[in-house]
This record gives sequence, structure tokens and C-alpha cells, in this order.
Amino acid sequence: MKQEYIITVYSENHIGMLSRITLVFTRRKINIDSLTVSESAIEGIFKFTIVIKSTPDLIVKVVGQIEKQIDVLKAFYHTNDEMIYQEIALYKVATEALYENDTIEKIVRNAGARILEITREYTVIEKTGHKTETQELFFELNKFKVMQFIRSGRVALTRDPIERLSEFLKERDAVLEQID
Amino acid sequence: MTTKKVTGSQAVILSLLEEEVDTIFGYPGGAIMPIYDALYDHNDHVKHILTRHEQGAIHAAEGYARVTGKPGVCFATSGPGATNLITGIADAMLDSVPLVCIIGQVASPLLGTDAFQESDVVGISMPVTKWNYQITTPEEIPETIAKAFYIANSGRPGPVLIDITKDAQFGEFDFEYKKCTKIRSYLPEQPINKFKIKEAADIIDNAERPLLLFGQGVIIGRAEEELKAFVEKTGIPAAWTLLGLSALPTDHPLNVGMLGMHGNYGPNQLTNHADVIISVGMRFDDRVTGKVSSYATEAKIIHLEIDPAEIHKIIRADVPILGNSKKSLKLLTDQVKENRHDEWLARFRESDKTEQEKIIQKELFPEKPGLTMGEVVRIAGDKTNHEAVLVTDVGQHQMVASRYFKFRHPRSNVTSGGLGTMGFGLPAAMGAQIGAPDRKVIAFIGDGGFQMTIQELGTIAQNKLPVKIVVLNNNFLGMVRQWQQLFFEKRYSFTELQNPDFIAIAKGFGIDAHKVEVRDDLESSIQTMIDHPGPYMLEVVIEKEDNVFPMVPSGASVSDIMLEL
Repeated sequence: MKQEYIITVYSENHIGMLSRITLVFTRRKINIDSLTVSESAIEGIFKFTIVIKSTPDLIVKVVGQIEKQIDVLKAFYHTNDEMIYQEIALYKVATEALYENDTIEKIVRNAGARILEITREYTVIEKTGHKTETQELFFELNKFKVMQFIRSGRVALTRDPIERLSEFLKERDAVLEQID
Repeated sequence: MTTKKVTGSQAVILSLLEEEVDTIFGYPGGAIMPIYDALYDHNDHVKHILTRHEQGAIHAAEGYARVTGKPGVCFATSGPGATNLITGIADAMLDSVPLVCIIGQVASPLLGTDAFQESDVVGISMPVTKWNYQITTPEEIPETIAKAFYIANSGRPGPVLIDITKDAQFGEFDFEYKKCTKIRSYLPEQPINKFKIKEAADIIDNAERPLLLFGQGVIIGRAEEELKAFVEKTGIPAAWTLLGLSALPTDHPLNVGMLGMHGNYGPNQLTNHADVIISVGMRFDDRVTGKVSSYATEAKIIHLEIDPAEIHKIIRADVPILGNSKKSLKLLTDQVKENRHDEWLARFRESDKTEQEKIIQKELFPEKPGLTMGEVVRIAGDKTNHEAVLVTDVGQHQMVASRYFKFRHPRSNVTSGGLGTMGFGLPAAMGAQIGAPDRKVIAFIGDGGFQMTIQELGTIAQNKLPVKIVVLNNNFLGMVRQWQQLFFEKRYSFTELQNPDFIAIAKGFGIDAHKVEVRDDLESSIQTMIDHPGPYMLEVVIEKEDNVFPMVPSGASVSDIMLEL
């Protein structure tokens, strides 16, 4: 049975890393549902957060083949309930629609969203949450016509108290010492 | 260490010398000309072999790497020069061959502009390289080359590509070289887990019908002696994959033959009777396993492997042992009890008898007038005392040669296994000959594959490489024809060839050659070839519609191995 997995990849900051990582999915014809890349808490190490649908059997192989890439430090995979995750969505609606009645204002307040910018023509609303939540807000706002909409890739943290990468780097240093 | 000012191109050559490179296979062109110019000053330190096509260079580098265990080095220019290497790089990726490919690239301001002979080589080669990198400044050259050699030949080896822009080749800088010994993000081999060794030893000690499968990992890891010690202590029958061939002498009493689609009857069929399978440095390729769901159905699997991504990839391992097989086999041998499995071994010998009667006898000592591939291979093997390096192309002749050539020494088999690259044989043979100048190198090549890289006869002639080339000519793409006969109702769709006069071609290149059409002429002609001091080509006209058996049909279980039609 396929389910959603969050893959976290830590890599050196080298050109072409994104291609090397996505090739592992392309080869097996796996669609990437969401992708976020950014520098991690450790300087020079980049963190990829990738959401795919997979079986428990396949995810192990895919993560193994990502980790095999020379410049990849470590790759982890988690199910959704093992992580705290969020996506951010922006919605642009006509400012006029806000003047007509207070429905949009109520929707925004109930959804825990906030207004980022108001101009004469348009208002931009921001909502952070899971995809189902940002999508639901889209449906609500779209009753008043959403002019533009964008949702980010996922960002996610484990429920572990420690940063697993720092632990991994310590272990790796110890192993590399042994090799000498 | 003192530094000196050099150009990027000189730095490339100096770095290669630091890595003790003695041979480069390549082909010049616009974007790599500065490097070729720098090479001109080092003619006496490093040999350059000018091939006739870049594919020839890359397969030659593979052949060299396979017999020496050192990385093969290849030069090519940008654009078509680089793209012509791709087949060989993909081949090396699947067969874990260490290669360092150095490619010229257009000057960095031209990158991305569709400049003359520009192609995105880093992008194109990414799926088929262990690592690749583009250099745009001369300062990056020594460090990148050091890293390339380390990555190519450590852990599970593989091909590495470095793309160097022309401006980086011209630029000057202070050269200093330091070998690479570690990379933070790359662990070439895992430390061995002693608990897993203990667990595996217990299973092995209690096994009644254990079978060991060995692959090229044993050869790459130079663990041939450790393998022999392990099987001799435990009395476990050992079978080889196509690339594991020659890791254990063919006549070793515990060597029970070849695995896979055209492997031996015993090891295939008895895979499903084994209660424990110990696989060493092999990756359960689909040509070995047949139908995975009915493979090794009764066995616990112990998998000794250097590449973590291979564990559980195809076959779930009950006891995975990560690490270098030279070390893990040694630890395992220390742990296991001395044992014998005579009854179990006798079942392999029983199967051998069946196979001998139904297949081998007819193939090696045919009574029909038509010549068989098997008898040619048998005679060539015997006449070289089974000490030659065997190089094969891809197809029927490859399976026949692998089955019947017989070996005494490791690193004696060079073939394209994973990618199955036709055209591999001839250039790989010349690379193997350069890597092993004191050994006899015999290449068996089909008439189809021979014509894919036939131009390398020019390279062989120019460099006077004493390669012995046996072209087994059945005027067919034989393996495809066999499948058409067996699985496509004899509909021989585009498999028959109208061949040129191979003898005239060889002679045209300045290579002595002879054609054998009747059995009476075979033995003496093979002897003439072997005794010939220089390169020699022997064309042997083979029975047109001969098949390779046994065969595990594609998608069938190993236990459904066919002995005949």
C-alpha cells in the first residue's frame, strides 16, 4: 500500500545535487509531490525535504540509492505522523470583495490566516498549515474569486529532541578516523 | 612542499603522474587541445593510446582497469567526443569498473550558449557516473583529480567524469598536489558488524545444504584467497556469476559452476534446494535470479556486500554483512566450524553428469560437420593452459566462452555483464593487453559485435598489441536469433547479416588473419594464432543456427532451467 513519506536529504552544497537526487525518482518513475531545498542549521550543508507516495518496501530502496550519491551526507525517511510539518500558501483576492461584507474577514480569522498586504486593487492573505488546510481555505476564498494562489513545498522537523544530522556527523567523523 | 606555476593543462598531466597513471586512452579535439599539448612533453612518462573512436577508448580503459585493478583513464573532447564515451561509462557503472574520464569543455563564458561542440556533459553523464564535476578554474584541477581517483577506486568502484573548460586549461596557478584519502559525505566501506558475523556463522554451522554465490566483489576486493579458505574450511559448494568468473579456479573441487540464464544446471536448479545461501560481492542481477518470487525459496540468505544500496534491493537478506569482503570473509572463516557437505556436493556432480550428457559433450566434441563455438573455446583454453585473459563481447559466444574457457588465475575474465554492450570486446581486449602485457589475451567476438567497433583493429595494429582475436561467425545476431527461435516462433526479424570479408579487412589494417571453415583446420589454426608474436585474427565459421543451453527463460524460475528444446 502506498502512503505519503517525507524524505529528508542532507548534502554538501555542490552544483548538480538537485539533479542527482531527483534522478533516483525519475529512474523509477516516481512523482515528487513537493520539494523544498534550503541551507540547514549547519553551515554549508543543504537540506532537501521531498514528499513522495511510496510503499514501505520501495522507500527503503529509494533512500538507499539517494544516500549512495557521493555528496549526500545522509538521507532519512519518515511517515507524516513522525514529523511536524507545514506548508505556506498565499492567496490574492480583490480588495473590493472585502468591502462588500465581512465574510472574507471571518474566513481569514477562523482559518488562522493573516493579511499580508492590502492595496486598492488586491489583498494578499497568508496561511500556514497542512495541505488540506491551505486547500480548504482556497475553496472558501475562491467563492469570492482568488486572483492568484501559490503553495510552498513542505518543511518538516522530526519529533526527536536532537538534531539527527549532528549526531550522524559525529559518528561519521569517528568512522573516518578509524579508516586512517 | 614547494609549489610551481603551471597552466591548468600541465596541472592535469602532473596530477595524473602523481596518481601513477601509466596509460591514457583517448582522442583529441578542439576543447581538449591544451591538455594534449601538455601531454606532448610527457611522452616518456605516460603512454597515450590513440583509438579510432571514443567508444574504443572507453572500453579499452575498462579492459585495462579490469585486469590491473587500477582506474582506467580516458581523454575526450567536448560535445561528440564526450557523448561517444557515454555507452562505456554506463557499462562501467553497472560493472563497477573504476574509470577517470577527463573531458574538454568549451570556455566558461560560452557555457550554456550552444557553442560549437558544446554539450552538457555533466548533465548527460550524471545518471551513469559514480561522481562527476565541472572545472572552470585551474585552481580546482589538482584537488578534483585527487578526489576523482579516490572515488573511482574505493568502496564499490565506478566511473568518474571531470569536465574541464578550455579557459581553465589555459589559466596559470601555483600547482600543489595532495592525494585524497577521505571525503566527509562518502564512506567507501562500512565497519564490519561482529554480531552479524556471529549470527551468520551460527546459520552456516547448522546448514545442511548451503550454497555460496560469488561475484566480482571478490575480485575487486582481492579476496580470492579468503574465498578459497572459507569454502575449503566449510566444504560449501561455490557458484559464480558471470563477473565472478576466475575468482576461484575452475577445477577447484568446490567450484560448482556458473549461475544464471545460461549458467550450469546444478547451481541454478539446486538454488531452490539450498537451505542457506551465502552471497559474496554479487547483486542478484535478474539474469542470475530469474523469477525473484520463486528464487532461493527454501534458503536463509546471508549477503556480504560493500554497497549498502544493494542490501534487500532484489532479495531480502536474513543476515546482511556490510563491508569489504576480504575482511568479512576472513572474520567469517575464523568463526565457522570445519565441515563437509559431501552428499550435497554430490548432487551438483550428479547434475553435472546430466548436463555433460545432454549439452556439454555435443558442444565441445561435436559429431556433426558444422563447427560449434564450444569446441573453438575448448581448444583455445587448452592450448593456453587456461592461463590466458579471456575477453568476450556480448551474445551467444560470450555465454559459451564463459562456460567453457576455464581459469586458473583471477582477473582473467573481461566481459560486459550488466550493460551487455555489443562492441565491447575488441577495444576491451586491447586495453587488457596493455594492462597485462606479459599475458596472452584472447578475445572471442561474434560477427555482429565485431562490426560495432571493428575500427579498433587500426589501434591494435598501430600499437602492435599482440591480441588474439577469434571472430565466431555464424552470419547471425545469434542470441537474438535464438530468442526468436524459442519465443517468437522462428520469426527471424532482422538478425541475419551479410558480412564483409573479415580476412581482407584485418589484412587491410595490417593484421595477420586466417579463416577456418572445416574441423580439420581448426586445431592447427588456433595453434598458429597463439604462437603468432603479434596481433592475429582468426575467423571461424560456425554452425548457423546453434543454440546456447541450458537456459533459464526470461521470467522463469531458476528451477525451470531448460536443458534442451
